[in-house]
Formats: sequence, C-alpha cells, structure tokens
Amino acid sequence: MNTMNMLDKSLDTKTTKITARDVNVYYGDSHAIKDVNVEIDANTVTAFIGPSGCGKSTFLRCINRMNDTIDVCRVRGDILLDGEDIYDKRVDPVQLRAKVGMVFQKPNPFPKSIYDNVSYGPRIHGLSRNKAEMDDIVEKSLRRAAIWEEVKDRLDAPGTGLSGGQQQRLCIARAIATEPEVLLMDEPCSALDPIATAQVEELIDELRTNYSVVIVTHSMQQAARVSQKTAFFHLGNLVEFGPTGQIFTNPEDPRTESYITGRIG
Amino acid sequence: MTDFSPSSTPPTSVQTSLLTLSDRTKKRNANERRFKAYGIAAIAVGLLMLLVLVVTIFGRGTGAFQQTFVTLDVELLESKLDKTGERNIEDIERISTFGYAPLVNGAMSAAIEQHGVDTSLKSKQLAGLLSKGAVAQLRAYVLANPQQIGETVEFRFLAQSRVDGYLKGRVSRDSIENDKNISAAQLDVVDALVAAGVIEKSFNLDFILGSDASDQRPEAAGMGVSMLGSFFMMLVVLALALPIGVAASIYLEEFAPKNWITDIIEVNIANLAAVPSIVYGILGLAVFINYMHLPMSAPLVGGLVLTLMTLPTIIISTRAALKAVPPSIRDAALGVGASKMQSVFHHVLPLAAPGILTGTIIGLAQALGETAPLLLIGMVGFIASNAPETLGEGLLSPNSAMPAQIYEWAKRADPAFYERAWGGIIILLLFLVTMNTVAVVLRRRFERRW
Repeated sequence: MNTMNMLDKSLDTKTTKITARDVNVYYGDSHAIKDVNVEIDANTVTAFIGPSGCGKSTFLRCINRMNDTIDVCRVRGDILLDGEDIYDKRVDPVQLRAKVGMVFQKPNPFPKSIYDNVSYGPRIHGLSRNKAEMDDIVEKSLRRAAIWEEVKDRLDAPGTGLSGGQQQRLCIARAIATEPEVLLMDEPCSALDPIATAQVEELIDELRTNYSVVIVTHSMQQAARVSQKTAFFHLGNLVEFGPTGQIFTNPEDPRTESYITGRIG
Repeated sequence: MTDFSPSSTPPTSVQTSLLTLSDRTKKRNANERRFKAYGIAAIAVGLLMLLVLVVTIFGRGTGAFQQTFVTLDVELLESKLDKTGERNIEDIERISTFGYAPLVNGAMSAAIEQHGVDTSLKSKQLAGLLSKGAVAQLRAYVLANPQQIGETVEFRFLAQSRVDGYLKGRVSRDSIENDKNISAAQLDVVDALVAAGVIEKSFNLDFILGSDASDQRPEAAGMGVSMLGSFFMMLVVLALALPIGVAASIYLEEFAPKNWITDIIEVNIANLAAVPSIVYGILGLAVFINYMHLPMSAPLVGGLVLTLMTLPTIIISTRAALKAVPPSIRDAALGVGASKMQSVFHHVLPLAAPGILTGTIIGLAQALGETAPLLLIGMVGFIASNAPETLGEGLLSPNSAMPAQIYEWAKRADPAFYERAWGGIIILLLFLVTMNTVAVVLRRRFERRW
C-alpha cells in the first residue's frame, strides 16, 4: 500500500462516539495508562499502535470495562460513550458490553456449534422472539463476517473445528450478532496467517459502515491499511493521535517517528 | 555471528569424529541408562506388589463365593407340625424350631440309609453336619407354605462351616482333633455323602445378597445388607457433598475476591483434605449423635460423616477443573455481554463438568472404602438387620457398611469368617475398580483440549 492511497482515504466521519478524558489506569502499584485523552469517531476504524506493554490493550479493555474482571485494576477519569459515562455507578457492565463488542487476540469460539456461537449473544439479550428470527440474525451476522458461504452447510459443526482465520471471523460474527455500536479488536490478526489476515482486514473495512471499530495492532502496515485514525501509545502515554495518513507520513512527535521508522519498539 | 570460514576455528582444536563417543557423552549416556533402569525397577516393584495383592485376595477370597449345600428330602410330618390337622396358622406358629429338629434328623438318617452309608453315628450327630440355621429355614418354609404339611419336600440346606471347610480344604482330619464341632466319624459320613451327591459345593448368591449372621453360623453370613448400608451412605454423600462442594468451588474460584480471608479458607480446605478420617468420626459422634440425637449406627449419620470427609476432595478437584477452563472462554462470554453467572453456568461449568464428575466419583470411592469413622458412630459390629424396605428405613435403621462388615468378619474367631472377609474385600474392590474406571472413562471421553 503506498502513501498516496492512505492520504486519499476519505474521512467522512463527523460525530464523536467515544470520548476519553484524563483516563488513568493502575494495576496495583504500576501506572499503566497516564492521562489519556482521545476522541473516537463513529463509523471510523481507529488503530492503536505502540510497542508491547505500552498500554494500548489495557486502554482498549477499558472501553467495554473488561478490566473489571481484574481485581487489582483501577480506572480513573471518564470514558463517555455517546456522552454517557460508562464508569458511572449506575452502569451495568453487562449492558455496556452488549453495545461495545469485543474480538480477542486469540480466536476463542465457544466449544459449541457454529450456530450456537453466533446465537449465544442474541439469546441472552433476548434479541429474537423465535427460531426464525434467530436464524436470520445468525445468517446476517455470518454474512457480514464474510464466513457464511464457508459454513452455511455445517452450522451444527463445532466452532472449534474451523481453521484459525475462520474461527476469528466466527468470533467477529459472534461479536456483531448482538448489534453493538462499537467493535473493539485486540490484535485480531496476530494468530492468523497472511491470507486470513487479508480476509479479516477486508472485513474490518466493511464493518466501518455500521460500527465504530477500534483495533489494537502490532503491525504498522495493518494500521496503515485498515484505519482512518491512528493513536500511538508509548509507556502508558498517548503520544500522538491523528489521521492515519498524517501519523505515518508526517508525525509531529519524534517518538512516533522513531517507532514508525523502527528505531524504538 | 555468521562467519563460518575455516580461519575462525581455533588452530588448537582437535579434530573429533562424530563416530566415537567422547568421555563426557559416555558418562551422560550411562547416567541416563541408570536412571531408566531405576525407573523400570520401581515400576516392577509396584507391579509385583499389585500382583501379590491381587493373587492373595483372589486366592483367599474366591472360596467365599462357593458354599457347601446338603440336599435332603424332608417329610413334613403332620403329627409334628400340625397335630389338629386344621392348618390353622396360629397353631403351626406355636411350634418352635426345636420342634422341627426331629424332622431334619429324620431326613438326614433317611438319606444315610438310602445311600447305604455305614456309620455308627446317631441321627442328631448326623444332623450336626447341617448349619444351625437349617431348622429355621425349614420352619420359615412351612409357615409360608402350610398346605404342604404332610408331603415330602426337597430342601437345600447349608452345611455347617466345618463341613464347608473340609470340602474347601481349609479343615483337615489333623486339624479337627481338638475340635468339638466335628469328629472324624462325621467326616467319614461327609466323604460318603459327597460321593453320593447329597453334599455338594456350588455358587452361593446369598454371600453377595444376604445379611450378616451370628458367630455360630459363618456359613450363612452375606454382604448384601451392608452393601445396602454403603449404598444409602453414598446416596447421602452424593446428595450433600456434590452440590455443596460444587457451589463452594464455583464461588471461591469465580466470584470470591482474592484476599486474606479467601486465602485462609483455601489453606484450610487443603488441610481438611489431610485430616485423618477418624477425626471426622469423632466429630460425627459428638455432633450428629450426642448433640443432634440422630440414631446410632444409621447410614444417615455415616453419610453425613463421610460427606464432611469427602467435601475437601470434591472442592479441590472441582476448583482444579474450573481452573483448567481457559480464561479466553470467560472473556468470550463476558465480551458478548453475558453476566458473570451466565458465563460460569453456560460455558465454564459445562466444560469443567467431566473433571468435577471425576473428582466426585473418586471422592465417593474414597468414602466407600472408609472404615475408621464408622467405628465411632457404631456402624461396626454384628448388626442383625434385614434388608430395609423403604428409603427412610434404609437411612435411619441400624446398618453396617461394606468395609465395616469386612472388619467385623476379620476379627471374629471362626476361620470361616476369615474367608468371608477376603470374599468381602473382592466385592468391595470390584465396586471401587468399577467407580474408578467410570471416572477414567468420563475423563477420557469428555476431556477437551484447547
């Protein structure tokens, strides 16, 4: 992918979906995220890049409160989803996670059938009234995750029997089956081969029309390929945040430049 | 370091061949061979002991499954059993077992005569070859079938334990010199009757299904009722230990905050698993019997005590099974918006179920073989009980348990009981092996790999 194409990518997004204000995260005594302020737009793919341990995954997991499951983790500051503070006492993380879906680093389908994998979310949230509606949801989700053609004849087969790339697309189908507004992806391609990666990346670009996608990645090429906005994290700080083209061609911060050119990281 | 040019090799290095082993390599190989030999030796010792155990148990115990029977035609004389001739059951009941003795004696004499056995023994001594329970067996039959009084009926009586021992080779003519239960003349008769087919050895279902018998009648003792006692105890253990253990494990593993309180609980559960079982027995005696006044010797109390004993095992294995479920599954469930409880019950628990079941079965098998706590709550000793008829009776009426029954037999004086103790061990081991096999099969079958 050349630089010109990246700059050509239109930034047709206007509305802000997620706002983080002065977010600090602590794991026990260690200060993992320091004063992060960021605005993530709707219908945009936002990439978080940075060296290992810089806090990008931690920050991602703050957005759907997955960090709640870690006892020693404390989050300070505000994260607003459509203007509502998701760390408000009245917010039930279960409801939040229905709106903010997540895809994990390692494909983690449930050891159940493909159908059950996709239908699980809608079922616990009561999104369908009957079997026919559920069938529709499953088919729609699998189609959107670009895996329908491969699995339509074996929906009863176990999800764990698929190949790595198929499993990850199944996990994406599972995540979008609950109709989330935001999709968080934590290095979704790190366990996949280049072909599967290409399929998932293509899919991410398509998902942009319906969702805000936030993707954490170690691959700068991937960030450049799929995202419209890029945030660079380093040692818990958000160093630079801006349009992907600008970050990769004309970074403002010397640390960003060093990372992108391979001098740190 | 990609410079492999020959000039970089130190000129002092000696050219070594791969075909000859260096001293270091030889030493290392020798060490490895020695260690393998130690390992094989250790396994061989273990297998040898197992073999000795199995051979001893089966060698000594299989005899208990066979019993010597005497087949006799008994004439149910109306003159002895029902003088009025009215078949009034109350009148018939008035005849005690003492009144039946002449019938048995007569039948024995008739058999001797019929087969032409030459003996100087009196009919009473001849009848002494039969179990002391023979008259009771006859009486019970007559009371059940009064219409047959006056007819001649064929009975299979148990032979007394010395006769049984003689046929099994346990009793010999030398060993009975000082034995008042049997004489050499009686053994002559036995030899003759065996030749005539009146006395024969055959499989004895009553050993497996029957109840314990008194000191005087080892030939009639069986495991059946104590098996039921064990069964009812296991019922209690399963009904209490499984739900309590699984609930405790799920809470500790999935929900409880990790702090010093849960640390203490964890350490104590591990400690409880190592507490000697007799401690649970005395606890059961103090709490369930002395304080709560539950009945002595009842399988309910035994089950409660064994529940206490089994809980730590179940909790530890359940927690291990829950831990083995990869966190990615929990993340996946939480990620689509499942609540903590939904993620546990929909995903984690089903995946951990085989492990939980395996742990439970092994815990049950442990409890099934446990004797010490039963000593203290009175489930050991001669408990003259028949098979319980209802669930409540099974739980509350005095009973024994399989290992306690074996212990009880082993400490009785008559060597015939000793044989039955070994036989009981075979039955107990069969149960334990079956349960462990089921556990292994479950684990193999439903084990999931990620």
